[in-house]
Amino acid sequence: MAKNVLKLENVTMQFGGVVAVNDLSLEVNEGEIIALIGPNGAGKTTAFNCITGVYEPTNGRISFNGETMLENCPHGKMKKLYAGTNAGKFTKVIRKTPDVITKMGIARTFQNIRLFKTMTVLENVLVACHMFVKTGVVFSMLGLGKKEEAAMRQQAMEYIRFMGLEDVADEIAANLPYGKQRHLEIARALAARPKLLLLDEPAAGMNPQETAELMELIRRIRDEFNLTVFMIEHHMDLVMGISDRIYVIDFGKQIAEGTPVEIQNNPAVIAAYLGEEEEA
Amino acid sequence: MSKKKKNIINICLLAALFVVLFVLEQTLSGGSMLLTVLKKGAIYALIACSMNLLNGFTGLFSLGQAGFMLLGAYTYAIFTIPVEARADVYQYFDGGIIQFTLPVIVAIILAGIVAALFASLIGMPVLRLKSDYLAIATLGFAEIIRAFMMFEGLGPITNGSNLLKKFPTFSTILFPFAVAGVCIALIVMLINSSYGRAFKAIRDDEVAAEAMGVNLFKHKQTAFVISSFFAGIGGALLAMYQSTVQANAFKSAMTYEILLIVVIGGIGSITGSILASFLYIASSEWWLRFLDETAFIGSFQVPLLRSGFRMVVFSIIIMVIVLFYRQGIMGTREYSLDALLRFFKNLPAKIKSIGKKKKGEDAAASEEVQ
Repeated sequence: MAKNVLKLENVTMQFGGVVAVNDLSLEVNEGEIIALIGPNGAGKTTAFNCITGVYEPTNGRISFNGETMLENCPHGKMKKLYAGTNAGKFTKVIRKTPDVITKMGIARTFQNIRLFKTMTVLENVLVACHMFVKTGVVFSMLGLGKKEEAAMRQQAMEYIRFMGLEDVADEIAANLPYGKQRHLEIARALAARPKLLLLDEPAAGMNPQETAELMELIRRIRDEFNLTVFMIEHHMDLVMGISDRIYVIDFGKQIAEGTPVEIQNNPAVIAAYLGEEEEA
Repeated sequence: MSKKKKNIINICLLAALFVVLFVLEQTLSGGSMLLTVLKKGAIYALIACSMNLLNGFTGLFSLGQAGFMLLGAYTYAIFTIPVEARADVYQYFDGGIIQFTLPVIVAIILAGIVAALFASLIGMPVLRLKSDYLAIATLGFAEIIRAFMMFEGLGPITNGSNLLKKFPTFSTILFPFAVAGVCIALIVMLINSSYGRAFKAIRDDEVAAEAMGVNLFKHKQTAFVISSFFAGIGGALLAMYQSTVQANAFKSAMTYEILLIVVIGGIGSITGSILASFLYIASSEWWLRFLDETAFIGSFQVPLLRSGFRMVVFSIIIMVIVLFYRQGIMGTREYSLDALLRFFKNLPAKIKSIGKKKKGEDAAASEEVQ
């Protein structure tokens, strides 16, 4: 049995009266490529935001490499409002902030590209290297971090080269074409040296050929950096072609889990995507 | 041009600047407007750069600059008044309770440290606020500090609402230039370091910065404390320039002045802040002075020119800048030797093209007439 990297237990995320993610439990094992799919508004990105600490889940536990990152139980105002299940299962409140979670080894990309727009491609990647900096602020101010800076630049250039962005390394990020911006997001996430990479719709807006290239790229990333990949995607060609396992959610609830073949033939999934067949 | 060669040329330019300043000081009389502008401009340049570090590079809209300057100015003044003069300065408070003096440089650094200390205390609650709320909170803090400094109960230390005076000032114009120069160099070094990039990342996108492992609070706090440190030093220099200090002078209007300099220079450009501060000080102290004085042409009194009109003109300039030149002088560009050379190389062509355009227009107009 492979070691599991990421584990979600009964995670529920509720905004006011809306339950965006409902009792979601899933496991991602080391070295796997896992996809999370579902119709629009199913709560996929919300699930990602819970994992990375952007949102505090209303109930449930999320652990990474066996260490609990986030745990919550309905408290305060949510005690009355809570509409999910397993309300009494968790008792502790543990909340790590997104930067701590990134330092633990989870990096992500964003569905609606969020680059540092005024900075160059190289600088964007360097920001992700910043958390490994050992030189203190005062020493940097006195210009004593030059050696470390040079090493950092070299390292950042490696990620940039890997993603095929070396000829635009000094361009301002906002001026890049859309596809390259997506690549830069991945380069930046890789520079955070994660063990688990979360990709939020990496193929959004790409044509079939680019999607095929991306598929190859994701495989290469996993093999070269020894990563585990967890992604949200709508392109079924990509999802079916690359995933080891797929989780399907609809209205925040998990409706299926399995290999691509199993998912393709699952009646609940077909119903969620195409609607129920009307009975005559 | 190689990097080494460029560095040498830059150092030569810097040395030339100091030589020019020295010569100016030797040749011009003490009351010369140019010297006054240069002195005050250098001090404001430092303070504007410190504000730019916070507002322009880290994206924190803070309006507490006057408060930190006040802390710096007071710290400097309190610790450098000679012991013999204390009885006279603190005449209502039996000579005050501090009966020792510190060397000037130590007092200046202490001024920065005191401002930084206060910043770290205030930063804890205040930096969790966003945009406008942060501005209001910091503005409020600056006003509280000002009121607090005038509190009679603190008289033995701060001399209450009375003037602090008789502390050492600078005798040469090179002093404020040297101190401001060193401080600005430190700020530039910080901005170009990994921390500077993290600050810019926070400005561009907080969520993404945090997702890339940048601890938001820690970095905002760092920027806030460092900015305040240099504002404190700027305050100490300002105290030396004015040779007296009174809390009442550090009103929020002072913060707005500096904000104006930052905006005119370009939010996110240190070079812009420096240029703009000299320009601003020169116009407000010198070039636009005539607007405040009633003038006569023959026996005809020029309308509008009277005390306070300068401020009206200033407001109009600000509006024009905000409406049409939002980028300021420099935008986010910085000084580099290449850019400077290119600028001078293209200058004749530019002037020519303006001339040509005019001629072209004239020609077109005359054709139309025919």
